[in-house]
Amino acid sequence: MNWVAWKMLTGDRTKYLGIVFGVAFGSVLIAHQTSIFVSLMRRTVSQIIDVADANVWVMNENVQSVDELRAMPETEVSVVRGVAGVDWAVALYKGMVTARQPNGLHRQLILMGLDDSSLTGAPREMVLGSLSDLRQPDAVIIDKAGYSYLFPGQPYRLGTTLEINDRRAVIVGICKASPPFQTFPVLFARYNVARQYAPPERNVLSFVLVKTQPDADPVQVCQRIQERTGRLALTTSQFAWRTVGYYLRSTGIPINFGITVALGFIVGTAIAGQTFYLFTIENLKQFGNLKAMGVTNWRIIQMILLQATVVGVLGFAIGIGLSAGFFELTKDVTHLAGFQIPWQVALMTAVAVALIVALASVLSIRRVLVLEPAVVFR
Amino acid sequence: MSQSTPLLDSQIAVSCRGITRDFGEGETKIRVLHGIDLEIPLGEITLLVGPSGCGKTTLISIVCGLLEPTGGDITLLGLSRAELRGTRLVQFRGKNIGFVFQQYNLLPALTAAENAALPLIIAGMPRIKAVKKARETLELVGLGNRTESRPSQLSGGQQQRVAIARALVHEPRLLVCDEPTAALDAHSGQTVMELLQRVAVQPDRAVLIVTHDNRVFEYGDRIVYMADGHIEKIETRASLGAESAF
Repeated sequence: MNWVAWKMLTGDRTKYLGIVFGVAFGSVLIAHQTSIFVSLMRRTVSQIIDVADANVWVMNENVQSVDELRAMPETEVSVVRGVAGVDWAVALYKGMVTARQPNGLHRQLILMGLDDSSLTGAPREMVLGSLSDLRQPDAVIIDKAGYSYLFPGQPYRLGTTLEINDRRAVIVGICKASPPFQTFPVLFARYNVARQYAPPERNVLSFVLVKTQPDADPVQVCQRIQERTGRLALTTSQFAWRTVGYYLRSTGIPINFGITVALGFIVGTAIAGQTFYLFTIENLKQFGNLKAMGVTNWRIIQMILLQATVVGVLGFAIGIGLSAGFFELTKDVTHLAGFQIPWQVALMTAVAVALIVALASVLSIRRVLVLEPAVVFR
Repeated sequence: MSQSTPLLDSQIAVSCRGITRDFGEGETKIRVLHGIDLEIPLGEITLLVGPSGCGKTTLISIVCGLLEPTGGDITLLGLSRAELRGTRLVQFRGKNIGFVFQQYNLLPALTAAENAALPLIIAGMPRIKAVKKARETLELVGLGNRTESRPSQLSGGQQQRVAIARALVHEPRLLVCDEPTAALDAHSGQTVMELLQRVAVQPDRAVLIVTHDNRVFEYGDRIVYMADGHIEKIETRASLGAESAF
């Protein structure tokens, strides 16, 4: 009877495609909007994730996110180095600076000041130039997207000079870096060079980056650092989630995206559910006919569930495919770079689609179960 | 489909005793059948006739086990209706009863052979084997050359013949036809009735036809006249003489 169910479903191509595209539409909305939301949230922690060498971040105790910083005295680096379980600890500066471009225009930049000797936190992939060039005087490396923002349409070229805080900054390299939440160019410099570009303040140390010893538990090391320094020490994962939490609490992003995702679910359910339900209603006499001819209710339920599963699987595949196609086509668009469908979102979309078709099936099954087979004579 | 039908002691396929059927409840309750007593014999065509609303459809629905009677007893092929419940009733129906409907009720997405094979597929026969047997049955009703046509490609008369093939393919003991000629022109109607008379009537099969088409009365061995939920009279070919054409 599975074959009969399949034939009934696909017999009218227009209706069949209508149901499938209803589910696909809901699937696209859910997968696409959730992926953009997750990718945006990932951008908020891109500068944390990009620092792969360290596994503990030490910061001012009032810091809420990687973008809301309060400086500490540089002596904290030495104090942290003395804590048991710390393998090494280095300074990291992060701040906003204003750069004057050669054409006279000004632009805000994110400036990352890396430990002079180890360059911990440096970009891992260079597009042009070499990381070691950062050791030259006034040298900075800029991220690829940032270069496009500063010099739109121009080919990559090294040696271009910017002016930051009345000081010269020479672009010696162009790198790949995870795009930040705010679409500012990211500039990398040595810590002592970055200090000179930073606005004059008594303290400039943003973070102490720590690598714990192989046999030490990072969480316990964090506790010891906090006890010793009174500063906030978090593992990379803890800091990333703290930052995400800050953005979730402090911005309208989750509500706006949540509404869109919910709308995707509701619209998907409405379109797919209504079409599938109407499809069942139109076939009610056929189901009554089958019941009269000896098909049990349980078999009818199986037939409807099979039809719903086919519709759900195809709708989900088309929806996810369209979303993935969008992100693939826009992967080179600067402000959309790095957006993708995480597997968790694909799984969540699959669950949502399963719920949509389950809801549609329940309504249809109910109508068929209460159907008296005597309807065939009416 | 493990339902087995005991051998009949008599030649009666269906026996109704004091069948009543009500619809609605309380003040809106309407009695549609008022104590119907009826026997449908094997090996004959029984016509159930009467004006619209007289209870014909309700009675055949009960006879087929599609509707529960409110009161009375009914015996279907030797089994009391009270013994047939739930899945057992559904399986009994699938094995022992064939249906021909006024509007054919063919699945539009299936070919003629696939439509005709449905009762066998429902009974669990492999599809290829079932379709093969359905083709043989379609040959029997004169549609051997249209086995791969879909219902939309067939005329009304041809669709009804597919429906007859579907009703007979599993060799049921009771064939129930609801206005089989109502949607057909005179010629097609005559063809369908001749076909039913030729291929459906078997010594161990009862044929019950609901109709108000008096052109088909000549094909019946017995005519049951209904009015207002009662059986008004029953005429048999024997009672009127073999030459009578009703």
